[in-house]
Amino acid sequence: MSQENAKTAEASVPFWKEMFSSKNMKLLTRPFGADNPVTVQVLGICSALAVTAKLQPALVMAISVTVVTAFSNLIISLLRNTIPPRIRIIVQLVVIAALVIVVDQILKAVAYEVSKQLSVFVGLIITNCILMGRLEAFAMANKPWPSFLDGLGNGIGYGMILVILAFFREIIGSGTLLGYRVIPQSFYEAGYSNNGLFILPPMALILLGIIIWIQRSRNKDLIEKEK
Amino acid sequence: MFSNRYIFIYTAVMVAAVAVLLALASTLLRPMQQRNEETATMQELLKAAGKNVERDVAIDMYNRTVTAEWRVDRQGNIVAKYDNAGGDWKQVQGDAGIKRAFDCNLKAELEKAAAHEADASASDALFPVFVCNGGDTYIVPLQGKGLWGAIWGYIALGKDFNTVEGATFNHKGETPGLGAEIASEPFQRHFIGKKLFDENGNFTSITVQKGGADKYPGDVSHAVDAVSGGTITSNGVTAMLKDCLAYYVPFFKKMQSESVQASVEDTENNK
Repeated sequence: MSQENAKTAEASVPFWKEMFSSKNMKLLTRPFGADNPVTVQVLGICSALAVTAKLQPALVMAISVTVVTAFSNLIISLLRNTIPPRIRIIVQLVVIAALVIVVDQILKAVAYEVSKQLSVFVGLIITNCILMGRLEAFAMANKPWPSFLDGLGNGIGYGMILVILAFFREIIGSGTLLGYRVIPQSFYEAGYSNNGLFILPPMALILLGIIIWIQRSRNKDLIEKEK
Repeated sequence: MFSNRYIFIYTAVMVAAVAVLLALASTLLRPMQQRNEETATMQELLKAAGKNVERDVAIDMYNRTVTAEWRVDRQGNIVAKYDNAGGDWKQVQGDAGIKRAFDCNLKAELEKAAAHEADASASDALFPVFVCNGGDTYIVPLQGKGLWGAIWGYIALGKDFNTVEGATFNHKGETPGLGAEIASEPFQRHFIGKKLFDENGNFTSITVQKGGADKYPGDVSHAVDAVSGGTITSNGVTAMLKDCLAYYVPFFKKMQSESVQASVEDTENNK
């Protein structure tokens, strides 16, 4: 499509159709699968292993990261033409850090128990590679709305993996989901016991490996070409 | 291109804007955070008294369980008393400047006491005591050092100021699965029924014994099993119990002799 055609198309369609065009929607949904930040780009592994022993902290972490990626992308994209290239990393870092601190403070005020469980990992969102990666690769060069969607998509893509990991780890490791017992007492009386390995981070890495394996066997495009 | 001047102004404006935002967030959310912290403290305290409650009822439960808060000096005198009138705390004894036991900073008091370690009368440290159910149980807070950072806890004593009725411990950042186990229920349960004083009334405290309470050279009622793999944290708990409770010993003794006197008077009155 030539530049001119694009412009006329923009003028004729209502703005909301433009906002949710298939191109923009792709920005949102690609990170869920073929461009997943955790399983394909292999970013944010540390926190994916650390906070997924239980479902509740994983959910809160997923929401926190999604909020921070979406809004830091939006803010950096709004500022992108004013940011001097020489100090752009510092500006990005300040925006991320400010957002993370605000999220941390809000969690301490409204979800104290969870914030205690997450402890340092909320603060460590600042060093999550997904954030800086998206700001550098996308928000610095794109308009605010696509940037916002890209941030949202990557946050959700990261959160999805966290929730999947936490689901299996909590159900097998503790026999509960969101703190509620799901494996009935009769199972334990019959000799079933929780698998303690699932509580520990190494099992999260193994589970993550399994997820990557499944994804790659279903989507052959992800497999690197042999040289 | 951007000039140096632009860059300097840009960073200055950015930093100022972010500072204002963060200051605002912190100020607005502070009251809620403080209430959360207080509720968490109350939960820990109530757990020592054997009441495991959810967050939302902790304040209510605290006001029903803790009937008085005292501050005691190192000679064992009760210097200030606060009474609980349906959640409304009123000072009934002592200087107006002395804070409630709940609001006092135990770490600061311990430092004050440590500055006059040898001379108890010169020290102005005032230690908090929580009186539960009108004097059935007395809770004493603890503060000490683990392997990586601070550890703290609450120990509930019976009317005899000797038998432990419950204990809770918590930590800032002990190793998960090892030292952090001091915050777990099974470890804390071992403390129930242990004694602070031996048969002759000497303060022996409670030792967290490496290798199990059986290895303790003295009477088993003064020892609990240590956390395997958490020796330094376990030793920290032992030291914390010993150091903090030592300052309370004169108070415990005074209360013990008073209760003995009271029972003697009771029997005399009954005659």
